Amino acid sequence: MAERYYFDHNATTPVADEVFAAMVACLRETFGNASSIHGFGQDARALVEKARAQVGALLGCSANDIVFTSGGTESDNLAILGSLRGKSGARHLITTTIEHPAVLNVAQQLEREGVDVTWLAVGADGVVSPDDVRGALRPETLMISIMAANNELGTLQPIDAIGAIAREAGVLFHTDGVQAAGKIPLDVEALGLDFLALSAHKLYGPKGVGALYIRKGRDVEPIQYGGTHERRRRPGTENVPGIVGLGAAAKLALGTLPEESARLSGLRDRLQQGALERIPGCWANAGGSPRTPNTANLGFEGVEGEALVIALDLKGFAVSSGAACSSGAIEPSHVLTAIGLSRERAKSCLRFSLGKKTTAEQVDRLLETLAAVVERLRKLAPATPSHA
Amino acid sequence: MHDDLIAVAMSGGVDSSAVAAMLHAEGRPVVGMTMQLWNQRRMPELIPEGGATGRCCSLDDVYDARAVAAAIGIPFYVVNFEEQFERDVVRPFVEDYVAGRTPIPCTLCNNSVKFEPFLEMARQVGSETVATGHYARIERDERTGRWLLLRGVDHSRDQSYFLWGLTQRQLSHSLFPLGGLQKSEVRAIARRLNVPVADKGESREICFVPNGDYGRFVERYLEENRIDRRDLAGEVVDERGRALAEHQGVHRFTVGQRKGLGVAVGSPLYVTEILPAERKVVVGPREALERKRFLVERPNWIAFEALTEPVRVEAKIRHQFRPAPAEVRPGAEPGFCEVEFDQPQLAITPGQAAVFYQEELVVGGAWIAAPGGHQSQVG
Repeated sequence: MAERYYFDHNATTPVADEVFAAMVACLRETFGNASSIHGFGQDARALVEKARAQVGALLGCSANDIVFTSGGTESDNLAILGSLRGKSGARHLITTTIEHPAVLNVAQQLEREGVDVTWLAVGADGVVSPDDVRGALRPETLMISIMAANNELGTLQPIDAIGAIAREAGVLFHTDGVQAAGKIPLDVEALGLDFLALSAHKLYGPKGVGALYIRKGRDVEPIQYGGTHERRRRPGTENVPGIVGLGAAAKLALGTLPEESARLSGLRDRLQQGALERIPGCWANAGGSPRTPNTANLGFEGVEGEALVIALDLKGFAVSSGAACSSGAIEPSHVLTAIGLSRERAKSCLRFSLGKKTTAEQVDRLLETLAAVVERLRKLAPATPSHA
Repeated sequence: MHDDLIAVAMSGGVDSSAVAAMLHAEGRPVVGMTMQLWNQRRMPELIPEGGATGRCCSLDDVYDARAVAAAIGIPFYVVNFEEQFERDVVRPFVEDYVAGRTPIPCTLCNNSVKFEPFLEMARQVGSETVATGHYARIERDERTGRWLLLRGVDHSRDQSYFLWGLTQRQLSHSLFPLGGLQKSEVRAIARRLNVPVADKGESREICFVPNGDYGRFVERYLEENRIDRRDLAGEVVDERGRALAEHQGVHRFTVGQRKGLGVAVGSPLYVTEILPAERKVVVGPREALERKRFLVERPNWIAFEALTEPVRVEAKIRHQFRPAPAEVRPGAEPGFCEVEFDQPQLAITPGQAAVFYQEELVVGGAWIAAPGGHQSQVG
């Protein structure tokens, strides 16, 4: 195929060179089991602890507050299930309707297990209101779980204000930080967080590894059983090369965040503005809200998003018509319907998510192709016999 | 023209896989697409033991189609038509059974999914031509300019019976590369081109009822949709209206059926008619199944624009039926035609299609109407 352009960094990111180098070195040289007593094990342990400190640095916490997991989904499960399961008496959880399935479906499972869940709605801006959070509090509320940044819209949730509310009320506060980590500064202290989930492959690390921040003094019940790894919170031999990759990715993100953030938001605005100006019937979802710098979600009146994604892919441009996890599903994005789009309009939307290697030239090429494809799709009236 | 992108509808089976491999080997630009039509997990109890492999829309088949596309080296996408499929195929299928008819979902699917939204999706992604693994041929009549449908050369595999509903527009945008081949040749080609599923078995059942229990499917669907499940049970009666037995629902019967009538009489009895309004299933001796004349509705003509005078044809009234000489003529009412076989035929079944042939050519086809009734409303 001709040149390909990747505009789907919210689905996953390529492994950065620095991450790759660190992982290869680990795979080659440090194969020991981090729990072993001997030198091989100690070497592996040292790498794991170094990575723990690197992740801690990204989140502004101590290395000891980090638990390594298999990824964002496991981290969310561990934070929520590990806090709410097994608690006796009335239990109440507050979350939103725009969470990723890694939180959404955990909350639904808890509902089936007898936990009361309040599902907070968002407005057209894709942002939950702290007042709504405050209003949903009850004496039996145990946890608030609200994402830091939405995966489809990029909208940042007011987790600082929500953190203050949670502290004041003495309620646990968990955030799914998978789309925020590495893209915006996160300081778990300042944000008043008890838990934060992140995933390595969204920040130029490898797939299959993630972390959960757990505030000192909070604890979770493990959700699987085995050895005593990760301070008895997450059994299983450590994925040392993966953890090393996550550590390297966290370090890289911390070092490049301010410049990269400014660069990406410039490119993102160029994309959004360009599309709005060049393509008639184009609109931006939550386009004026505070967002992660790399994400734009655009709708194209009268165009089938699924067809647009395929047509663009055949021309070498990788974009997404919603969360990657739900592609193939017939339901339109729950996030887009949550911000008030009709099913029809929700199916006409694409998510563009930019990354490290995205350039202004790539954005301009995308705009050119996008405008041409959208125009062609709109001209496709019901076919006439070709007789040719 | 040969540089134009072709969208191959890939089911994960050997036939459509061979089509993709053949076109690609010819150097034509190809994109593979699998239609996701039905969620097999929705009614898990209808999956036979050992899984539903070999039925369309099982995860295994999507997996196979993707593997074939990867092996050939063509782009591949899964496109979702579950909504259309349920609306235009599954629901009418259930409604037909409830109304005492015996539907052909494959024809409904061809008419309303495979060659309509799929064709539309193909055009949207930049392909004006859709290729499928059907055993049938498309030719252009240079004299009239019409697109003609012909039987597959391999008569034992011929699928033209399911394709009579295709419009001129649909035919003009479709390719059936297997129409001129024997099945054995297709397998050989698939092997030669290293298609991973060259030796895969075949699906025989309706794709969304993998275990073949249509009655159970209808009941589950009615329950699931909370459709007012009118009491479908009633009586099995003889031709004079005398009750012979009770039955559990008209949807469990089809004209010509002999087994499962719950009637113990000396001579074999067959379902001759289903009267859904009275929830009666009429049975009679084999001779009572014989008829020469019947009405068909909503015809689609392929060889010509409209039927204006009687035409001699060979009519086929179900998939496993040897076409028999008949005359088809315009009916008294618009939208209807009358068919008269030269010799009486057994079990002319409402809901099935009558397809009219002249040797290899598919002249056209229509839905078999309930005797005397014009109330039929499929789709």
